[in-house]
Amino acid sequence: MKKLWHWIALCAVLLTVGGLAGCSNQSVAKRDVLSADMKSKQITWGVKSDTRLFGLENIRTGKLEGFEIDLAKAMTKEILGKDGKCVFVPVTSGTRVPLLKNGNIDAIMATMTITPDRAKQVDFTHSYFDAGQSLLVKKGSPIKNIQDLNHKGAVILGVSGSNSVKNVAKIAPKARVLQLSDYAQAMTALKSKQGQALTTDNGILYGMASENPGYEVVGGNFTKEPYGIAVNKNQQRFRNKLNWALARLEKNGTYNRLLLKWFGNVKGFNYQEMKR
Amino acid sequence: MQNFIDAYSWVNVRFLLQGLWITIEISVASIICSFIIGTLLGIIRYEKIHYVSAIVGFIIDLIRNLPLLLIIFFTYFGLPNIGIKPEIIPAAIMALTIFESAMVAEIVRSGILSIDYGQTEGALANGLTKWQALRLIVLPQAIKNMLPALVSQFISLVKDTSLATIIVLPELMYHAQIIYGQNTNYIIPMFVALAVMYFIVCYSLSLLARYLDHHMA
Amino acid sequence: MLEIISSQWPSLLSGLWNTILCSVIALIGSLIIGTFFALLEISKYKVIRIIGSVYVEVFRNIPLLVIAMAFFLIVPMYFTKISGFTAGTIGLTLYTSAFIAETVRAGINSVEAGQLEGALANGLTTGQAMRYIILPQAFKVIIPPLGNQFINLVKNSSVLAFVAGFDLMYEGNMIANDTLQTIPTYFIVGIMYLIITLPLSYYMRHLEKKLA
Repeated sequence: MKKLWHWIALCAVLLTVGGLAGCSNQSVAKRDVLSADMKSKQITWGVKSDTRLFGLENIRTGKLEGFEIDLAKAMTKEILGKDGKCVFVPVTSGTRVPLLKNGNIDAIMATMTITPDRAKQVDFTHSYFDAGQSLLVKKGSPIKNIQDLNHKGAVILGVSGSNSVKNVAKIAPKARVLQLSDYAQAMTALKSKQGQALTTDNGILYGMASENPGYEVVGGNFTKEPYGIAVNKNQQRFRNKLNWALARLEKNGTYNRLLLKWFGNVKGFNYQEMKR
Repeated sequence: MQNFIDAYSWVNVRFLLQGLWITIEISVASIICSFIIGTLLGIIRYEKIHYVSAIVGFIIDLIRNLPLLLIIFFTYFGLPNIGIKPEIIPAAIMALTIFESAMVAEIVRSGILSIDYGQTEGALANGLTKWQALRLIVLPQAIKNMLPALVSQFISLVKDTSLATIIVLPELMYHAQIIYGQNTNYIIPMFVALAVMYFIVCYSLSLLARYLDHHMA
Repeated sequence: MLEIISSQWPSLLSGLWNTILCSVIALIGSLIIGTFFALLEISKYKVIRIIGSVYVEVFRNIPLLVIAMAFFLIVPMYFTKISGFTAGTIGLTLYTSAFIAETVRAGINSVEAGQLEGALANGLTTGQAMRYIILPQAFKVIIPPLGNQFINLVKNSSVLAFVAGFDLMYEGNMIANDTLQTIPTYFIVGIMYLIITLPLSYYMRHLEKKLA
């Protein structure tokens, strides 16, 4: 008899949990992010906290710094006015989409490439940064481009949930890809020779190379990785507003000023090509 | 050697201490919550209330047999489905509380079971209600018996906070990662610092338990 | 949820296999190391006792994640190449061995002191007495706690996800990131963990009752 109750309890629990897992989040889909944010005078952004040049926590001040952080601040001011506030929630490539879908954050600006697969799950604005995927290797490494890694035994490091690991599986299918949880881990793993090369977008790699003099970016860009701001489906008004703000910042020179501020001194980065 | 001197600059050490503070805050909050909830659940399971005890017991078993990482994911990504949208720190506290409460419940239940049932019978014969007997006679003795198990569970809790780096909880481990991610020469100094800091916190917790054990006897 | 299972089952199964493999290796390894340090802890000589308890206290009071990451990042930098799976398994072994040492020590203490004396009086050396008389009895006492340690091992092996160890949790993260079906994926992963741990934990409880 007691056993039977155990089984009934099992089914009840599984059904409840399954039900919770299955039911989609109605309230997030219905909520109009733009009007809610206009009212509360703040936008909650999901940003990187471990990526040099884009979004990195400053050890001295504990504040987040980077191109994306500055751009998010500028866009918030553009949309909400001078007294608009930004709230930053640090995300990783693995956590950003669930957090957006759950409504913890209003928008993702976290080195996220616009891809057709992702566009089925979230909506993207226009690109705000045109990156391309490349390789970071130790100086003097025999690896000159991605094809050098397309053999058995080659190990490429990447960050889980990023688009670059998917690309590399297509371009160099014979190599083994190790996916780590964030860029700090991946860079450390490269330094401890867990793999021959680290792959991700050139902007991020330039940031790593500038901090680690023994390493260099090689092989040029083998894919195009336009970064977009992601918002939930059915938030066209919010997305249009973000596009509008981005266009205004590009036109009034703020965009170029921020680009120059963060990437002006980065070796290998072509400002003339990237400015808008 | 130079790496060690550079790595332990005041700026870095302060950043680590900020992380340690978050670790301690989260640990203390989760210890208090999971002690209260765990004790209640343990009593419910022990009392054999129809259906309720069986279901509570089964949920406890489910949680106890899952990795904490999964509980963290379910809390941070799953709770919003039922309308709760925790930020990172509350989410971490909730996840740890859910997991550790289940552990504590089991410790409490076996602690109560370790007390001779004759004591309860005696108390009932002397006119105490069942609840009074539990609260005044059984629980105080049980808590003394289960102190070692409870403390090692709470030490595990402090260590387990490090797993919440996966949802970018700004605790000790994460802050160390930020530092050595920016300068990989600091890896060894940072791991030494991590080991020392966690050791100090956890070991003083077990010393405290030993002290309590002596003075309660 | 079903489409995740049908499209991803090879990686889920290989993850499950790695999780089990890592847990079994770590159990055997930590049983050997743990018994060794338990014997050190009950030695006649103070210096050896101190060595034993320092080892146990150090590994009991440092997070598993710190130990595993240290092996993953530091060992290849200065010594030799090491895969995430190996680094994670070594970390898991060392971490668990501290807990097993405590369990074994309690088991040895539960065997009456008179037995050791009797064995010594019959002309056995201390080592022989340990090997033939004390340890076999001690291991009987500690089978249930060892079973519980194995359950902990299976759960703790999820730390391999941090060091790219291709275990169940790592594969789960990959699938969740790939399909963006976060909760259903982790739900399946959870069920797979429960398939190993839940029957084991009920069996251990049954065993405890039987022995008590």
